[in-house]
Amino acid sequence: MLDHLALTFADPGLYLPFVFAGLMGVAILIYVVFDGFDLGVGLLTPLATGAEKDRMIASIGPFWDANETWLVLAVGILLVAFPSAHGAILTALYLPVAMMLTGLILRGVSFELRAKAPAAQKRLWNGAFFLGSLMASLSQGYMLGMYIMGLDSTPFHIAFACLTAVFLTVGYSFIGAAWLILKTEGALQWKAIGWARGGIWGLVLGMGAISAASPLVSDRIWSKWFSFPELLWLAPLPILSGLLLVLLWRSLYALPRTDDRGAMAPFAYGTALFTLAFLGLAYSFYPFVVPEKLTIYEAASAPESLWIILIGTLIVLPMILAYTALAYWVFRGKATDLKYY
Amino acid sequence: MDTLILSRIQFGANISFHILFPTITIALGWALLFFKLRFNATRDESWMDLYRFWVKVFALSFGMGVVSGITMSFQFGTNWPGFMEAVGNVAGPLLAYEVLTAFFLEAAFLGIMLFGWRRVPDWVHTTATVLVAFGTTLSAFWILVLNSWMHTPAGYELRDGVVYATDWWAIIFNPSMPYRLAHVLLASGLTVAFLIAGLSAFRWLIGDRAAAVRKGLTFGMWLGAILIPIQILAGDMHGLNTLEHQPAKVAAMEGNWETRGNVPLLLFAIPDEEARTNHFEIGIPSMASVILKHSPSGVVPGLNDFVAEDGTPMHPPVAPVFWSFRVMVATGMAMLAVSWFTVWSMRRGRGVEALPKVVLLVLVAMTFSGWLATLAGWYTTEIGRQPWLVTGVLTTAQAVADVPAGMVLSTLLGYLGIYAILTLAYVGVLFHLARKAAKGELLPERPKSAAAIAVVTPAE
Repeated sequence: MLDHLALTFADPGLYLPFVFAGLMGVAILIYVVFDGFDLGVGLLTPLATGAEKDRMIASIGPFWDANETWLVLAVGILLVAFPSAHGAILTALYLPVAMMLTGLILRGVSFELRAKAPAAQKRLWNGAFFLGSLMASLSQGYMLGMYIMGLDSTPFHIAFACLTAVFLTVGYSFIGAAWLILKTEGALQWKAIGWARGGIWGLVLGMGAISAASPLVSDRIWSKWFSFPELLWLAPLPILSGLLLVLLWRSLYALPRTDDRGAMAPFAYGTALFTLAFLGLAYSFYPFVVPEKLTIYEAASAPESLWIILIGTLIVLPMILAYTALAYWVFRGKATDLKYY
Repeated sequence: MDTLILSRIQFGANISFHILFPTITIALGWALLFFKLRFNATRDESWMDLYRFWVKVFALSFGMGVVSGITMSFQFGTNWPGFMEAVGNVAGPLLAYEVLTAFFLEAAFLGIMLFGWRRVPDWVHTTATVLVAFGTTLSAFWILVLNSWMHTPAGYELRDGVVYATDWWAIIFNPSMPYRLAHVLLASGLTVAFLIAGLSAFRWLIGDRAAAVRKGLTFGMWLGAILIPIQILAGDMHGLNTLEHQPAKVAAMEGNWETRGNVPLLLFAIPDEEARTNHFEIGIPSMASVILKHSPSGVVPGLNDFVAEDGTPMHPPVAPVFWSFRVMVATGMAMLAVSWFTVWSMRRGRGVEALPKVVLLVLVAMTFSGWLATLAGWYTTEIGRQPWLVTGVLTTAQAVADVPAGMVLSTLLGYLGIYAILTLAYVGVLFHLARKAAKGELLPERPKSAAAIAVVTPAE
């Protein structure tokens, strides 16, 4: 593995696909955490009262447009850096992609319309907001499951994908609840703590199921994890995950506090857990971009074109991160009612 | 219907729905900046009222643009994998630059522009408004570079059916790009001009005499009156550029079958592709030759020049191009007549009061005329590119995905249903907001009591 990496960095035709796979991974991870929390907030809205719904949606209001842009970037990198993989993956996932897009459209539109349409329609748009969040989360989880299973639609694979659909949805609800703990106070924060405690089980079961299933369906993944000496230097990954779960558990039971200390902890631990799970998956599938069929090196665009994009990315990405940070800083602290003035 | 035609209808439906919203936000961002700068200069509260009303429309339109735009980026893979496989080396970097330089800029500063008023210093808020407006325009620039390149490709070489970039300058400034960009940006300006004037006229008709309504109507009609002659000129130049690079498209727009001089400008005709002729022609003699070649005897290319040896037409379907072109031009002419008459009446009399009721009713009817013209223009140019996806490089049929037709049909029906509902909801909400504003319900921003501040109005 290490020899292979060293070799990779000697040849631009090889390291460019590697760099772009890394960039795509970062974009997907940021998307999963960021849009994960705002999808999660949408999933939790049926559990809240009318005024609480308004406050919950206010907590994601300034951010959701930019959060969804990471999805466009991720699929954009797949499209521009690995065009043949983009086609292969998305035609295989044709229906869940359509369902996710429909969900995202419903959600984004209801976000605006629930507050701007006549008051009599508010219930309708609240419902559409939840439904859109649910469709987007379920279909993303389903796609994750199908991807792990190698994009073949056998009944067993579909059953597994339905399972990951539920787990990812619960996972998003968890990170949404953690976000609400950070951004709200009083009765709503109490509720959010309860939701997060409930959602943790989905996180554990989901990560467990994926960790167990992916080595079982692929001998290649099995040997990448369960052979010597890989086993040794991969050991920190599950150990750290276990530790984070314990910390997460403790932090949730230490809340709420009158001085609000530790309100950020569940979200931070949750993000760390998502990151570890993601690293594990990335390790399992490297160097494949279409599981077991197409590697990132086979699928990559011409190096000249990748160079043009890379230069732009290296200049622009720090700026994007800077003004994303600015936006989160401007709207730091507890969420308040959104006003245009 | 087969997968190809269903996929084309689906892509057409997605992009038609999507373009409705950017075409508003591109120019509305700059209009908002103008309102804010006028307020800063004059301290006249009615400019701020105007800003507060239209920033809500901006937020709604922007959200709809974002979510419908995400659909576009997936469509390439789900329905048109051959597109990126063949021209990904050119299309990829252009799309990447759009996402990197424009999407994040606008989306990140949108939050501050919409909700940051009380959280940041005024100059930061103004800067955020500038950056959002700039971001939307930059996004239009990149996507039109790619779209223009598909019409008039340049700066590339073909190796084994795959396009490789050789000259990025030539790719970006490809022959049709400057004309198309100008035409589309002006279209956005006109869409917003008639949108603002139309909703203001609606508020006036239901009895709202606020200064902001007067300012909105005057602003919209002046903007329209100034932009429309420029647009007609830009459109004409774009047409001449198309004649040079895509003569088959111009032949379809004119409904001209034979290459000849003294081609009439057809006002009405029913093109018949089977018989390769027109029925019920009504036209102005030699006028198309005058417009396209600046001489009555100027030779204009005909559709029969674009037929393959085996009889397969290599020109676009004639009737849709012929008719959408006429709808666009007719809408443009109506915009010219209405905006000039309105401005003339307002200058002659005492502003908005001088306008006859029928003019106000016409303005309300023309609230979304910019959408009509924009869509008709898109259909003219995009259907006019057929059978090519990238002119001379890749046909549409070569790029389509091998997805079962039934699957495409099911998603197509789903999208169409949702788009129809959402477009109706959008139009309904705009008039609802106008009605609320007319009743003074949107003005809680000059707080009179603590209770007024405590009202929960998230993302109103």
